[in-house]
Amino acid sequence: MPEPLLEVRDLRVHFPTDDGLVKAVDGLNFSMVAGETLGIVGESGSGKSVSFLTVMGLINRKSAIVEGEVIFQGQDLLKLPTDELQAIRGSKIAMIFQDPMTSLHPFYKVGDQIAEAILAHEEVTKKEAGDRAIEMLRRVNIPRPDERARQYPHEFSGGMRQRAMIAMALSLNPDLLIADEPTTALDVTVQAQILSLIDHLQTEFNTAVALITHDLGVVAEHCDHIQVMYAGKIVEEGSGDDIYYRPMMPYTWGLLRSIPRLGHVSERLEPISGSPPSMIFLPKGCSFSPRCPYVFDTCHVEEPPLEPVDGHHAAACHLSLEDRERIVREEVVAS
Amino acid sequence: MSVIEATPTPYRPKRTGEPLLRLEGVKKHFPITRGKQIGAVHAVDGVDLEVHPGETLGLVGETGCGKSTLARVAMRLFEPSDGKIWFNGQDITRVKGDELRALRRDMQMVFQDPYASLNPRKTVGSIIGAPLRLHQTVPKSKIKPEVQELMRLVGLNPEHYNRYPHEFSGGQRQRIGVARAIALKPKLIVCDEPVSALDVSIQAQILNLLSDLQSELNLTYLFIAHDLSVVKHVSDRVAVMYLGKIAEMAEKETLYDSPKHPYTGALLSAVPIADPNIAKKKKQIILEGDVPSPIDPPSGCRFHPRCYRAQERCSVEEPELRVMDSGQLAACHFPLETRIIDAPTVTDPGSSTRSTPSPSSCWSCRRSS
Repeated sequence: MPEPLLEVRDLRVHFPTDDGLVKAVDGLNFSMVAGETLGIVGESGSGKSVSFLTVMGLINRKSAIVEGEVIFQGQDLLKLPTDELQAIRGSKIAMIFQDPMTSLHPFYKVGDQIAEAILAHEEVTKKEAGDRAIEMLRRVNIPRPDERARQYPHEFSGGMRQRAMIAMALSLNPDLLIADEPTTALDVTVQAQILSLIDHLQTEFNTAVALITHDLGVVAEHCDHIQVMYAGKIVEEGSGDDIYYRPMMPYTWGLLRSIPRLGHVSERLEPISGSPPSMIFLPKGCSFSPRCPYVFDTCHVEEPPLEPVDGHHAAACHLSLEDRERIVREEVVAS
Repeated sequence: MSVIEATPTPYRPKRTGEPLLRLEGVKKHFPITRGKQIGAVHAVDGVDLEVHPGETLGLVGETGCGKSTLARVAMRLFEPSDGKIWFNGQDITRVKGDELRALRRDMQMVFQDPYASLNPRKTVGSIIGAPLRLHQTVPKSKIKPEVQELMRLVGLNPEHYNRYPHEFSGGQRQRIGVARAIALKPKLIVCDEPVSALDVSIQAQILNLLSDLQSELNLTYLFIAHDLSVVKHVSDRVAVMYLGKIAEMAEKETLYDSPKHPYTGALLSAVPIADPNIAKKKKQIILEGDVPSPIDPPSGCRFHPRCYRAQERCSVEEPELRVMDSGQLAACHFPLETRIIDAPTVTDPGSSTRSTPSPSSCWSCRRSS
């Protein structure tokens, strides 16, 4: 077992609001090793972004209650003073966001923004930083990078802005790249360009990537390990084959049955009934129980723990393993 | 079938067979002015299209390819710059005033953003009732029961008649939008990205609702989306748009099984598939660069600067939409010969009994009927 790069232990992020305590992330445990791609899927409000913003130290500690440990290369990031965290953030852990339009500063030239990130972390001259910015733009396949570096974000198309963000994120050769819905705002053809670029750069720089998305197709094609999140918790995790061919949790079944998939013929989609729960008044017991078609007494009382199914595959469900295997065989994979 | 294969003829929409909506050579250019006109955005640049009663025609393409503009021109929300529009056998290209208003009863729209398309200051009852009041199809006293019936039909609680949009979730708001669209019992509904703003678990609810309403109310849909898996699920036929023109149009099985236009191939290969085994076998075609500007579209075939099969002829001669040997229409000089997604289309044992006619015979029977 290689030393984990990132280990998150029992992470809880709660936001006190006038309406009550929002339990955005509620007891999260996972680890990542160097160079792997972890996919995090879930619907809006499932806590997938908040958990990684916490890893990045981007959650305002004055407005949130953060508990647990985030061990990155042996250090607990949650206990680090701001200046030490600053040194890690950007250089060791980098993040790209969903909307490349709002995450680049409109008043500064793209090249200068990338150079600024390099200058903040390394003892280099402005000239060297500028040259490295151009080199990074070349690496992410932006044509005529020396001219493009002198342009402003509004002169870039959506896909090129996201490339510039990736260039900035990778300019310091981070060990972990957090990509929060990096392609949601882009067209499919551009999405394919960006994802193949991330794949390519990942092998080149041996960066671990945490890919946060709601698209089950994106994780199927790009991730080694997948976590399914629901209401602030991981409800199932495993390899691509585990999640797509041997899912062991009713929410994952629901997701797979409700999306139209190319290569599959389905006369009718089977939606998950109801809508995601309020994060303030979570249902008692299993938080998926009000929407689960296989619910029984225990589900309303006791919260199911995330238990291993086999190897790295784990799921949180009270149903017996035999029952779940039967349901998967008869109802989920067949459709 | 063999006749079509032997002589691929340029495609012209037929005048008989009564499609519900027919577009012929429709163009929409938006002028660019600096004091005087200095150019135009060629948003839609010559589109021929037919939508038959009871079918769902899917319209896919990237941002800015003109799919929404085309739908708006078809609904007469934009004036077409050129071309003709027929609806239900009537030439509606130039109708206006009361006649246009009456026409709108038969064509309605469901919008993408359920947050922006509902007036936050009006109650749900008044939003859904608005078309009824405007068109006076039911007496005033009957509006409330009629609206509550509509709410039941789309799966909303009729007791929520007096609530405001902010009290509803995204999926429920989209149901309100659908209820408003069907209030006047239209013939055609244009769905402009109706599920792209919704969470995955909610998308399926709305897609099922639309398909239930279609069979219940005998609706015809023009379904616009950028998600090819969704379009495949809902459509009977699919049209692929690129830079203001139709690149390819076919029965959905044909289009997804054997795309002919390289752009369709690239689009299909770009769709992430939520099935690792199929995804692994998928052909990878990564297009270079971005969609060119519609202000100054490329010469010849509009796709040639990004096309991986382009030859000299493509930059000079514009390919016409013609019938390919597998039956679909595609505008390409050098059509594709291989499949992109290698998966059996029929995996469901229940549906294999529903023998699908071969695509080409299917198309020709439609053309000759």
